Amino acid sequence: MLTFARWKYFAILAVLILSVIYALPNAYPQDPSVQVSAAKAGTTAIDASLAKRIEGILAEAKIPAKSVLVEEQGNLLVRLADTEQQTRAADTLRPRLGGDYVVALSLAPTAPKWLESLAAKPMPRGLDLQGGVHFVMQVDQNAALDKRLDAYVEDIRSTLRDAGVPYTSVVRRGNEALVATLGQNADKAKAQERLRTAFPNLIINLDGQTVALEVPQAELSRIALEAVEQNLNTLRNRINAFGVAEPVIQRQGTDRIVIQLPGLQDTVEAKRQIGATATLEFRAVTGDERAAEAALKDRSIPPDSRIYYTQDKVPLLLSKRLLVSGDQLVNAQPLTDSQTGEQGVDINLNSVGGQRMLEHTLENVGKRLGIVYVEQIPTTSIVDGKEVQSVRTEERVINSATIRGVFGKSFRTTGLSAEESKSLANQLKSGALAAPMVFVEERVVGPSLGAENVKRGTTAVLYSFVFALSFFLIYYRVFGLITCLALVLNLLMVVALMSLMGATMSLPGFAGLALSVGMSVDANVLINERIREELRAGVPPQAAIATGYDKASGTIFDSNMTALLAGVALWAFGTGPLQGFAMTMIIGILTSVFTAVTVSRGIATLIYGGRRKLKSIAI
Amino acid sequence: MKIFPLTLLPNDANIDFMRLRWVSIAVAAIIMFVAIGAMGTRGFNYALDFTGGNLIEAQLDKALSLDAVRDKLAADGYDSAQVQTYGSGNQLLIRLQPREGESGDAATAHAAEAVTRAVVSNGGTAKIVRNEFVGPQVGKELALKGLYALVFVVVGFLIYIAFRFEWKFAVAAIITTLHDVIVVAGWFAVSGHEFDLTVLAGILSVMGYSINDTIVVFDRVRENFRTMRADPETVLNKSINQTLSRTIITSFVAFLTVLALYLYGGGSLRGMAESQMLGIIIGTLSSIFVACPLLTLGLLKVTKQDLMPKAKDEAALARRP
Repeated sequence: MLTFARWKYFAILAVLILSVIYALPNAYPQDPSVQVSAAKAGTTAIDASLAKRIEGILAEAKIPAKSVLVEEQGNLLVRLADTEQQTRAADTLRPRLGGDYVVALSLAPTAPKWLESLAAKPMPRGLDLQGGVHFVMQVDQNAALDKRLDAYVEDIRSTLRDAGVPYTSVVRRGNEALVATLGQNADKAKAQERLRTAFPNLIINLDGQTVALEVPQAELSRIALEAVEQNLNTLRNRINAFGVAEPVIQRQGTDRIVIQLPGLQDTVEAKRQIGATATLEFRAVTGDERAAEAALKDRSIPPDSRIYYTQDKVPLLLSKRLLVSGDQLVNAQPLTDSQTGEQGVDINLNSVGGQRMLEHTLENVGKRLGIVYVEQIPTTSIVDGKEVQSVRTEERVINSATIRGVFGKSFRTTGLSAEESKSLANQLKSGALAAPMVFVEERVVGPSLGAENVKRGTTAVLYSFVFALSFFLIYYRVFGLITCLALVLNLLMVVALMSLMGATMSLPGFAGLALSVGMSVDANVLINERIREELRAGVPPQAAIATGYDKASGTIFDSNMTALLAGVALWAFGTGPLQGFAMTMIIGILTSVFTAVTVSRGIATLIYGGRRKLKSIAI
Repeated sequence: MKIFPLTLLPNDANIDFMRLRWVSIAVAAIIMFVAIGAMGTRGFNYALDFTGGNLIEAQLDKALSLDAVRDKLAADGYDSAQVQTYGSGNQLLIRLQPREGESGDAATAHAAEAVTRAVVSNGGTAKIVRNEFVGPQVGKELALKGLYALVFVVVGFLIYIAFRFEWKFAVAAIITTLHDVIVVAGWFAVSGHEFDLTVLAGILSVMGYSINDTIVVFDRVRENFRTMRADPETVLNKSINQTLSRTIITSFVAFLTVLALYLYGGGSLRGMAESQMLGIIIGTLSSIFVACPLLTLGLLKVTKQDLMPKAKDEAALARRP
């Protein structure tokens, strides 16, 4: 007969309450806001006086702020009326507050505190719904290989030198082999032994006077993959310093990186910051200005040296041997010398770099040390009438002072303009890129377009609901009402679950929602039609309802399980928008089975179960 | 008792679908081959998601002949430029694939220049409102992933249905589902409507809908085989007729919900909604006209024995002394 366990009602009630709570934050609009935090923890206070200062700056620029409040997490939040003022406020605050603060665009929740304390948060919105910048960057893996192989050449030389094995040359052969030619009376066994311990990853073959070191394929692909990973980390650091709330930085495929910066509109500035690569190299000065001039004139540049130029195009001879490279930098801090007023960067090296610097300065007091600023600039040039993307490397000596004393891990360099030292410090701090990257895609979604997409999406879901609900009410009457209640709860559950999981809502997500309405419809129709069928066969009403639910449940289970399989496949093998769509579809299918089978049966029992003499039901 | 008279279909529908089975299967096969042919010969009108290129919005001072703009762009090296107006007719939406060897910034700048030139040479002025470069997202990798997804789904369906029903049902359901997916994809080749990632998502979701519809009918077939004493054709016919009102109502409502998406969701969801609307129609028809008739053909011919609960009988037999 038509019965329904009491505990199930409580379970449904609990689900309903939880769904409402966790879906609720989505109903509150978010305030476009500007978040100010300390650039380095503990150095600068985020307090009421800063809030006063910010209020003053904004008032001066005639930007009305909704509120300027210090939050508990040590951030300061400036809420603004719209995204246009948000951008203006950020642009005004950034230069005025200086490098001690990070000014970021963000969306502040307006939901009441008690919801937040229950960990109820609105779904994060995809770029297509809130506006922002989308980049795809391609990592030049060949360049990474080049760089690594060149480093191997240098390391092989120093290994042989340290071992006291004479050698005539170490060269690269192709893209995967290195060849060291040993001197006439070199200890070959010793060389091989030392190289083997120093480079366990390489395949080492001794052949006469030459040692061939081959880089295995696995090692090559590891280098290529590591390059992408390192770039990913570097980008993450840079973007964090950049000040965007909830950026997306992901690897796509084998050699691409996707970057999404919600709320940002200025691609030029973002590209400059993201794409810039600058590093410092430390090399011994092997010939001063005059020697370099002379060497250039009679083309007699020593084999171990290279000509570098300073800012003023003055040549200088620097050793080819790289003493310390940008990879060995740990930290860099811009500073102004209090005595001379000169701009510079305070540099900290890691232990390997520090050790080398120490050894070098120990032996070379009184000699000069060259600091080379290396910047890589992505450019487009024309070769044979075709455009070719390439990376131009700009090198210049920024400092070539005499070593006055021994130093190791930390020291300072000068010779840059104020702006350069700040940007250099920033880029050094955020690490070096393992390989150059090019922008292969950029999209800007305006905030108004995002808002329009939200409106369109909600309108579409709303109408799909209205269409379905009005049909059910007319066609099935009371059972139509039951179905409608089940559908509404279904939508609530999907939204609540997605918010709880932190699934990003995007435009295809709305399509998934609409489709889950369609799926949910199916289960309900199956039940209602089955009940009608039983009634037609002459079964008494209450038995008809019970049989209808029982018989339909098996069908619903089978049909939804298969549809679920399709959803899972779409999610597992899709990317980006496909996954968002698949996620809503999967959740929608699961909740629709629950609401159609359990919830609607509960309501039907509530309405019809208690009557002793039920003559007819409205279906 | 009285039953509410409002119904879309007469309750005692008894249409002889099986009598038409050769015709319906032939029609389905022809449509499928047309779809495959169209995909083979015409291919898809891939959107920027797949090809990469520039999306440019330009505001004009007066409406211009689109053909003239298109010709000028072609003369400039952009062969397959898509030029369309939207809004007031003074707004152009242009999709350009980059010229050979170009990408990134250079491509973006050149595309904007080319559009401006094309408009100016036709006696107008253009203000570039939006200019975005989109890299080709769908490389070999994604194509391969798509293939994996398809294999995963097909094998998954086969295992699940063969386990819950019978292998003949599994094969028939797979054929029907693939048929639906191919036909919907074929529609995009025939119509030349733009094929982007959301359309792909739509087509893949057709798979879910189609299998859902087919399973509901099969479920009833299984039930009827166990309870009815009749030949397979009669059982199949009865099953289709019994589920007919459910099939049509579900499809009708599902179609309405997707129609809302098509009407109110805006341009970027239109392709997806279109594929789903078509998928719902095709999926409904195929569950009626293709899935069950397949169960009467050759190797797939089902009999009562196929569906009698064998395991239970054996267990019952074993329990006897």
